[in-house]
Amino acid sequence: MKSLYAWGAVAAIVLASTTGDVLISRTMKQVGDVGDLWRRRGLLHVVSRVLRNPNFSLGILAMAFAFYSLLFGLSWGDVSLIAPAAASLTFVANAVAAKIFLHERVDHRRWMAALFVAAGVALLAV
Amino acid sequence: MTFRKYLVLGGVTVFSAVGDCLLARGMREVGGISLFHPAAVILAVLNPWVGMGILLLLAFFAAYVTALSWADLTYVLPATSLGYVLLAIIARFFLHEQVTTTRWLGIVLISAGVGFVASGPALTHHPRAESGECAGSAVSTRAEP
Repeated sequence: MKSLYAWGAVAAIVLASTTGDVLISRTMKQVGDVGDLWRRRGLLHVVSRVLRNPNFSLGILAMAFAFYSLLFGLSWGDVSLIAPAAASLTFVANAVAAKIFLHERVDHRRWMAALFVAAGVALLAV
Repeated sequence: MTFRKYLVLGGVTVFSAVGDCLLARGMREVGGISLFHPAAVILAVLNPWVGMGILLLLAFFAAYVTALSWADLTYVLPATSLGYVLLAIIARFFLHEQVTTTRWLGIVLISAGVGFVASGPALTHHPRAESGECAGSAVSTRAEP
C-alpha cells in the first residue's frame, strides 16, 4: 500500500513539474529574449513583464505543488527511489509536453537526449 | 548561440548543482525535520549553508528563465543536465560520498544526452510567433532551416 502511495507521489511530481516547466517556458517565449529586452527597456521592465504574465504565476504554483508532493513522497518512500524516478520521468514527460503544448520540434536528436538523460539519472540512483 | 548564452546555460548548470550541495551540507547540520513541525523549515534558513544554497538556487532560477526566453524547453533541460554530473563530482571530492561504477555509467549516459542536443538548433522556428514585437527578433536569430 505504501509503495502505491509512493508511486502516486511520483506521478504527481512528474505531472506538476512538467506543467510548471511548460507554463514558464511559454511565459518566457511570450516575454521574448531577456537579454535584448533588458538592454532596451531595463531590468525593471523585464521583471514586471514576467510577473504580470498569468502563466508565470500558474507555473510557480505548479512547481510549488511538485515540491510539496516531493516532500510527501519522501515521507512514504525512499529518497533514492522517489527523487531520481521523478527527475528521470520528468525529462521524458517534458519532451512529450513540449511537443504537444509548446509545438517544439522534438526531432530524434532531442528524443535520444531526453531518453539518455532519463536513463543516466536513473542509474545515478542505483 | 553566442558566448553569453553558453555562459547562461553554464550558470543554470553550476548554480543548481552547487546550490543543492550547499543545501545538503546545511540540512545535515540542521538535522531531520518532521512534517508535523513545518516551522523548523523556516528556521533552517538561518543556517548559513542553507541561506547560501537558497541564494544560489534563486540565481539558478533567474538563469533558467533567461535561457527559456531564447531556447526551447527540450533544449535547455538536457543541456543543463550536466549539473547531475557536477553534483556527483562534488559529492565524490568534497562531501566524500562513494561514486560507484553504475553512477559513472549514468554520468556517461547524461553526457551523451547533452551531446545530442548541443549539436542541434536551440530554438524551434515558428512562422507565426506567439507574441508581437519582442519575440520576433529573438526567434529570427536562431531559426531552423
